[in-house]
Amino acid sequence: MGRFKITPSIAVVLVLVLLVSLAAMRYDGFLGTYNVQSVLRYISMFSLVALGMCFVIMTGGIDLSVGSVAAMCSVISALLSPYGLAPGLVGGVAAGCLAGVVNGILITQLRILPFIATLATMLAASGSGLLLAKNQSVSVSYDTYFTQLGQGDLFSFVRPEWVDADGVGLFGSILGFVLSFPTPAWIAIVAYVVGGVVISHTSFGRHVLAVGGGTEASRLMGLPVDRTIFSVYIISGTLAGLAGVILAAQFGAGQPIEGIGWELFAIASVVVGGTLLSGGKGSVVGTLAGALLLGVIFTILNFENGMGWISLSAYWQSVVRGVFLLVVVILQSRLARQDSDRMKAT
Amino acid sequence: MTEIQPLLVMKAIDKSFGNVAALVGADLMVMPAEVMGLVGQNGAGKSTMIKVLNGAFQRDGGTVEFDGKPWVAGSPQQAQRAGVSTIFQEINLIGYRSVAENIYLGREIKRFAGFLDWEKMNAGARTLLARFNIDVDVTLALENFSTAVQQMVAIARAVSFEAKLVIMDEPTSSLDEAEVAVLMKTIRQLKAEGVAVIFVTHKLDELYQVCDRVTIMRDGRTVMVAHMGDISKLQLVASMLGRDLADVRARGATAFNDEKHDIGGELLEAKSLSVGRRVSDASFDIRKGEIVGLAGLLGSGRTETARAVFAADPKSRGRIVFGGKERDLRSPAEAIAAGMGYCSEDRKVQGIVPDMSVADNLTLALLPALTRVGMIDEAKQREIVQRFIQDIGIKCSGPHQKIRELSGGNQQKVLLARWLCMNPKLLILDEPTRGIDVGAKGEIQSLIGRFADEGLGVLMISSELEEIVEGADRVFVLRDGKTVAELNKAEISEQAVMQAMAHGAT
Amino acid sequence: MSDLVSIFRRYGVLIALVLLILLNFAITPHFATMQTLSVNLTQVCTIVIVGVGMTLVIATGGIDLSVGALMAIAGAMSPMFFTGQLIAIPNIYVGIALGIVIPIIIASLFGLFNGWLFTRFSIQPIVATLVLFIAGRGIAQVSTNGDLQVFKVPEFQSIAIGRVLGVPFQVWIMVVVVGIAAFVLRRTVFGRQLLAVGGNEAAARLSGISVKRVKLIVYTVSGFCSAIAGLIVIAMNSAADANLIGLGMELDAIAAVAVGGTLLNGGRATIIGTLLGALIIQLVRYTLLANGVPDAAALVVKAGLIVLAVWLQRQERV
Repeated sequence: MGRFKITPSIAVVLVLVLLVSLAAMRYDGFLGTYNVQSVLRYISMFSLVALGMCFVIMTGGIDLSVGSVAAMCSVISALLSPYGLAPGLVGGVAAGCLAGVVNGILITQLRILPFIATLATMLAASGSGLLLAKNQSVSVSYDTYFTQLGQGDLFSFVRPEWVDADGVGLFGSILGFVLSFPTPAWIAIVAYVVGGVVISHTSFGRHVLAVGGGTEASRLMGLPVDRTIFSVYIISGTLAGLAGVILAAQFGAGQPIEGIGWELFAIASVVVGGTLLSGGKGSVVGTLAGALLLGVIFTILNFENGMGWISLSAYWQSVVRGVFLLVVVILQSRLARQDSDRMKAT
Repeated sequence: MTEIQPLLVMKAIDKSFGNVAALVGADLMVMPAEVMGLVGQNGAGKSTMIKVLNGAFQRDGGTVEFDGKPWVAGSPQQAQRAGVSTIFQEINLIGYRSVAENIYLGREIKRFAGFLDWEKMNAGARTLLARFNIDVDVTLALENFSTAVQQMVAIARAVSFEAKLVIMDEPTSSLDEAEVAVLMKTIRQLKAEGVAVIFVTHKLDELYQVCDRVTIMRDGRTVMVAHMGDISKLQLVASMLGRDLADVRARGATAFNDEKHDIGGELLEAKSLSVGRRVSDASFDIRKGEIVGLAGLLGSGRTETARAVFAADPKSRGRIVFGGKERDLRSPAEAIAAGMGYCSEDRKVQGIVPDMSVADNLTLALLPALTRVGMIDEAKQREIVQRFIQDIGIKCSGPHQKIRELSGGNQQKVLLARWLCMNPKLLILDEPTRGIDVGAKGEIQSLIGRFADEGLGVLMISSELEEIVEGADRVFVLRDGKTVAELNKAEISEQAVMQAMAHGAT
Repeated sequence: MSDLVSIFRRYGVLIALVLLILLNFAITPHFATMQTLSVNLTQVCTIVIVGVGMTLVIATGGIDLSVGALMAIAGAMSPMFFTGQLIAIPNIYVGIALGIVIPIIIASLFGLFNGWLFTRFSIQPIVATLVLFIAGRGIAQVSTNGDLQVFKVPEFQSIAIGRVLGVPFQVWIMVVVVGIAAFVLRRTVFGRQLLAVGGNEAAARLSGISVKRVKLIVYTVSGFCSAIAGLIVIAMNSAADANLIGLGMELDAIAAVAVGGTLLNGGRATIIGTLLGALIIQLVRYTLLANGVPDAAALVVKAGLIVLAVWLQRQERV
């Protein structure tokens, strides 16, 4: 049997590469600095949330509160931003962590279904965010470096001159490309690298997958099931908090009503990226690819509109996303059924 | 010659759940590097005994000594660390994870900074499995392998904890013949390495293949311990069922009267049914007004056969002729429409709708016939329910009481009534008196006799020999999924049935 | 003592509601007026109607996240019929009739789609209805291009704000829907079958009940209820905004069902409970608002209520 299997995650990466290539050929400036930067800036927030969701879904749970938590944390970090970058950052992230703790308690101590528990947290976070912001957006202070988190380009100051010159060659183009990544993108990249390493190379990561693959069996094997589940919700909340901080930094204001629909985007990214919704199997890389894919589709739709070939309103994106999710979920269920039939036959 | 100390001594173990005593002064002793079989019918207490040993339950009384020291295990994980591992019937591993990972889950080998050392784990897994002559790609997900291999991985995991005693709880229930042979070899290998095994099974042949001694439990007690060479299969079965071999006498142990029923023409004929893994060749027939008993040890495939007749599960082979016509029934609804009724083995799991009332549970299958313009004809429902409550003697505070508040016996009566009110032609009863007190048992048994008197055909599955012997007009015996004997009224006796269960066709 | 506890459990919701009302009598100005009653009832209507469908779905052990999106679809499509956009209409009443019937049919079909995904592919209800949650609103937005459709058709609007016996028409619709649903649950074969499927699916199947059929019907009904609610919303506002109709409705409906006492894993259903649950949530919100607490706080309170209700439910189960 061939050792190299096309897993769903690899398939997504291939599709992503394909789409990007096609788009680059079709649209002027698709791979240009400006477009890449804005797309990455925008997607980085969502992909952080998707990473957290990936961990949660891998344990077989779900976290519906991430959008509202991100919104709430954007408000908190905006309120703290006048005191500097660090307070804004730490405050927002800590609030997200707190939300995760609440979720963890509801789910592992009170034994409330993740769906209901995170639904309640979603409402509470939403309400708290609105209360703190007094129902309006909260401007971020520009006196500190806080906005750099969202609007800056991390490596802009080390960017060598020659990279932008014409005829610079492949290495130069790639280097220039990479160095132009905005700060939020770097934050997301670091998060994904850490997340990927944790999943594949630490016992905690393996426990996450084991718990999702068989909660009772994991318990019988002596794994700390409750502790693992608690932890993934903390991770999800913290990452949502981080996303909220970036949100505030990017747009210059904490938005208490932003965040609606983020959890759906996250779930869709995770599922499209090859992670099973029932838990136990999945890929961090796939989630990243899924998030990028969904974001790229959105961008392509924008470009198409711009070119005037078709006049698709932005509303089509949710239809497309929904159809995507549908196709993936049906495929997943068919694969699962095939697998179980195969197992029964042995 | 110095006497070898026993590895495990469990003495006078008591364990109750609420006011139900599961173990009453039970004993179990295992020598080092011995393979001890543990047998008993449902409810005999062997599962409880094992769970007391491996820490899943805490005993109420008695002592346990392991390797000469008092045994303390608060959980299966603790037991494992102390040298007692358990392999369950269901593979309690994570199918999505690799073989190596499953072996090391919970005590992964790490490098610096907490990073997992996959190389060491993979190599370790390979070495471990090699001890059992298993050579597979340990990096592949467990679910890619057959159940037998998965079973081996579970054993390898258990053994890797430096187990001195491995408990195997019905390990062969999902294995085919070739895979069972592999398991047997593995057990002998364990024995050769000095590991003792407690082997719980229903399959008598396996006991004789691999065990040194056998402990027989019944009704929460240990009733016999013997060397395999000293006890015949018949004696084994007799001991399990509590029958005194030399003392087969007609007793009024059940409420079945001995009068002959008026038996009519052919009602149901099942030919060479094959269902899933368990049943490969089951055949029997039932005539109108006849009570046919389906006997066999646990695991012989009786329930699966009955469910296939009722179309609750699909059959892979075989034919069913009902009421003179060959039938291809696809769902319980179709079977019901054809005139069958089915009382499942486990009331709680498949019988009662716990939050609904007695009346609703009773008329659940009858509902479509009770309607007037889609609405329930409440007057008619009341009348039918009242009639059956009185007729069968269902003790409840009223038809609107929630069924889960009734005693087991009364719940069973409601379930029986569910089918009776449909006027079926054939009633399939799977363990109709299980878990019911003696008084209610008698009432239900005489009810069954009455149905037959009224022309109903009855297929009765029971693990209680006396019910089969005294209630059935004919008995078919299933063994490992095949019909091995058919006994006519005159031939029916406890001895004959047990013989068939133990040896197969005589 | 245990009697008291069981009484409290059975009627807890009602007791809570009564207590809330009494509290308001005491501290909220102008509470005991017809107007207050009217205002509260109208705000609650759509939640209750959707909640009825949701109760039935939850009673079979499932859940429907698409209700808000289906409301949007129905609400966005409807004006297109009676304002003559899609097809020419002879007179306004035909237009209104079409504008009512067709969106209802379409939303019900979407509901059927949900049920089909669930029964055919064994996709969990959360996921199956998530698809429409994501895509459904998009469909509504696409068909209207996200534009606000304002209309002035008093005959249509009367379904929401017209008054019969001094009570807004939508309240009557709510009463009828609640009444029919409660009746079906209690008195019809289908109602029993539904409860059996939720209570013990294996037993239901062995008793000859077509579990598949029950589940398909239940999701279709949920779509149906969502459509009605969507129509009421646009009639109330005399405008249809595909972006806003039914936003957050799924949470409100689930909250009403949970607080009202229907078990979230199925087997028991109380339509009246859902009505009371919605009233309680609404009343809490009103109490807070009328006493100067910001609206956002009501969200936090709602969250707390849900957790409390679910936790209490679990205690009862044991």
